[in-house]
Amino acid sequence: MAMSYIREILLSSLLALTSFAVSAQTFVFTAIPDEDETKLMERFQGIADYLQEELGVEVRYIPVKSYAAAVSAFRNNQVQLAWFGGLSGVQARSLVPGSQALAQGVEDVDFYTYFIAHKSTGLEASDTLPEGIRGKTFTFGSKGSTSGRVMPEHYIRQTFSEAPEDVFSRVGFSGNHTRTLRLVEAGTYEVGALNYAVWEKELENGNVNTDEVSVIWKTPAYPDYQWTIRGDVDARYGEGFTDKVRQALLNMDDPELLESFPRSGFIPTANENYEPIRSVAEQIGILD
Amino acid sequence: MHLSPTLRISLLFLVIAIAALFFADIAITTANPWRDLGRFFLGVATPDFFSTEGLATALLRTVAFAFVGVALGSACGFLLSLIYRFYPVRIFCAFIRAIHELFWALIFLQFFGFHPLTGVLAIAIPYSGIFAKVYSEILDEADPGPARLLPPGTGIISTFLYTRIPDCWVQLRTYTAYRLECGLRSSAILGFVGLPTLGFYLETSFSQGLYSQAGAMLILFYVLIATIPLWVKPKLLPVYILGAPFFLGDGMPIVWGNVARFFTQDIIPAPLRDGEGLTELGAWFSDLMLTEALPGIWNTLLLTQIALVATGILTLLAFPLISNHFGGPIRRTSGHVFLVIARSTPEYILAYILLQLWGPSMLPAVVALALHNGGIIGHLIGRQTNTIQLRPDAPTGYRRYSWELVPRVYRSFLAFLFYRWEIIMRETAILGILGIYTLGFYVDSAIQQIRFDRAMVLILITALLNIGIDILGRYIRRKLALQTMPTC
Repeated sequence: MAMSYIREILLSSLLALTSFAVSAQTFVFTAIPDEDETKLMERFQGIADYLQEELGVEVRYIPVKSYAAAVSAFRNNQVQLAWFGGLSGVQARSLVPGSQALAQGVEDVDFYTYFIAHKSTGLEASDTLPEGIRGKTFTFGSKGSTSGRVMPEHYIRQTFSEAPEDVFSRVGFSGNHTRTLRLVEAGTYEVGALNYAVWEKELENGNVNTDEVSVIWKTPAYPDYQWTIRGDVDARYGEGFTDKVRQALLNMDDPELLESFPRSGFIPTANENYEPIRSVAEQIGILD
Repeated sequence: MHLSPTLRISLLFLVIAIAALFFADIAITTANPWRDLGRFFLGVATPDFFSTEGLATALLRTVAFAFVGVALGSACGFLLSLIYRFYPVRIFCAFIRAIHELFWALIFLQFFGFHPLTGVLAIAIPYSGIFAKVYSEILDEADPGPARLLPPGTGIISTFLYTRIPDCWVQLRTYTAYRLECGLRSSAILGFVGLPTLGFYLETSFSQGLYSQAGAMLILFYVLIATIPLWVKPKLLPVYILGAPFFLGDGMPIVWGNVARFFTQDIIPAPLRDGEGLTELGAWFSDLMLTEALPGIWNTLLLTQIALVATGILTLLAFPLISNHFGGPIRRTSGHVFLVIARSTPEYILAYILLQLWGPSMLPAVVALALHNGGIIGHLIGRQTNTIQLRPDAPTGYRRYSWELVPRVYRSFLAFLFYRWEIIMRETAILGILGIYTLGFYVDSAIQQIRFDRAMVLILITALLNIGIDILGRYIRRKLALQTMPTC
């Protein structure tokens, strides 16, 4: 008996001593889990290989289960680079002084949210957010998503002057854009809001049953996704590392890699470009 | 009309649950719930064991986290049980076990990140609290006789080791082994928040509708749990315990500055952190209470009460499935399989599956909680009926059930049910993470908004609610003089 407890105490000290195999010089990045995980793994493993070749350091991608986990990993310096959405980027940069938005997709300058509806609602495409969505069931994407939560909530509040819970009979959070699409397509929710790029890509790949679900409104444009890097990477990986990462991202021209985002290419950006997202997030009360 | 106290309390809870149904959100919102359910069962029937290369690793990690977490929890729990008679220790233990493993994991994730310590502590901490309580109860019941026979001057430690421990050894061992099974379940669900255990892959497969993959994982998990007696042998235990820490996987290095930051900044209420006054703090707190805590508490209570009664009803329906007092071996074998599956599947995973299939409402949660808890209690009650000797001329069929067996086991049935009341509530709160508007929903929202101050207050409220229910449950059990052994 006593022996087994001594063993267990030994074990706990052992646990503290065991080292975990991430070398100090590995450059680690993550991404918000905005789509199906299989797709993310494929996409970001490709990016990791690409960056490793371009940067000459070991590069590793770690998948996370939530937007907040991506922000926390970045804040805790367990990852140094991240592919964030508009809001998660704003959150991350305000938590890590000195961090900067490096590059965004060409499409991210003017990004959109699509409101989609199941055919049973009888809702049709229109130029404004249709009044007819009142009383329907509605799903956002992730709670921390810009195109799946912040912007749609903003326009719902602007149109109806009410909180989403009061406009709709049921409000849910699907988790990611692919799931929003699947849930509205299946009629689990009558209306949903998602990242337009995910919709277009799924449509192109023939993964949308257009007899069941259609786009009913497209929001005005806003800035979205970007690569954000920590301010202390130059000190850790050598002078000029930030610029090297930026250049590598901007130079990315492998059509297959770009298609997986999907983006036509990456262009430089800066922290100020995301001010509109910050003020909207503050207005709807999810940012202090 | 005179009603027995047990019947009166049963009816009272039944009425509360029916009233709660009127306020609860019970619905199937998917257009085609049966088609999806069919696809799911087809997936389970056609498991694909080779699609995910990570599957074997995930199982290994699940076992490793369970072993390390439970071993650490049992060691700390044992030490705590020695001083359990002190009131502050009791309070402390009640508090740490009132917070669910997933909440602990969410807390540690914020500063340890994806380090194995996150998963180990998430299991070890609440388990310490539970072990402390149960170990101390077991030790208290040891026969004081042998100690009195020792010569005067025998040291306290020798007395303890040579008189108390031998008397309780079997019970301590049985309970610890039982906890290991619970640890495997806890370890599996930690994957849902990002640790590298089974839940991680299960969530991935499920959310993409890859039911054959998900089916394979579930089957392997059942096999793992069902074969525990085969691969967990006392002689192998030291090997497992010493080996397990090496199979936790390589996470990310811990940055200790993050730990300090979490405790000195992140969880300090925003108004205090920004140097504002008590008025602002009051406004912050009342806003949190009105918009999140109160709706969360309300929904948590509604769901708990409905799930508790549903569990009771399911138990009464399920226990005859494995009872020797009815029908043939085929029914009993399939009954056993059903109950093993029901109780081995963590509520969280059951609720997750049903939510995917039926859409979001309280219904999937009620069914999941009832299936899991009903599976556990049904198994225990069914086994208990097998020890009952009926007269040779006892009635058969429904009469045997309602006039012979139910009255004989009803008290222990209620005892188990009230014992699990607090456990059901702890799970109810956590199911909020899946999108049902219980306290967990608001905790998750606060974490998604990187507002750990709010998350901590809400977790604290959840813990207090659990402690309250625990006290009430114990009061009722004492009032009715119901006795039970611990379950998890």
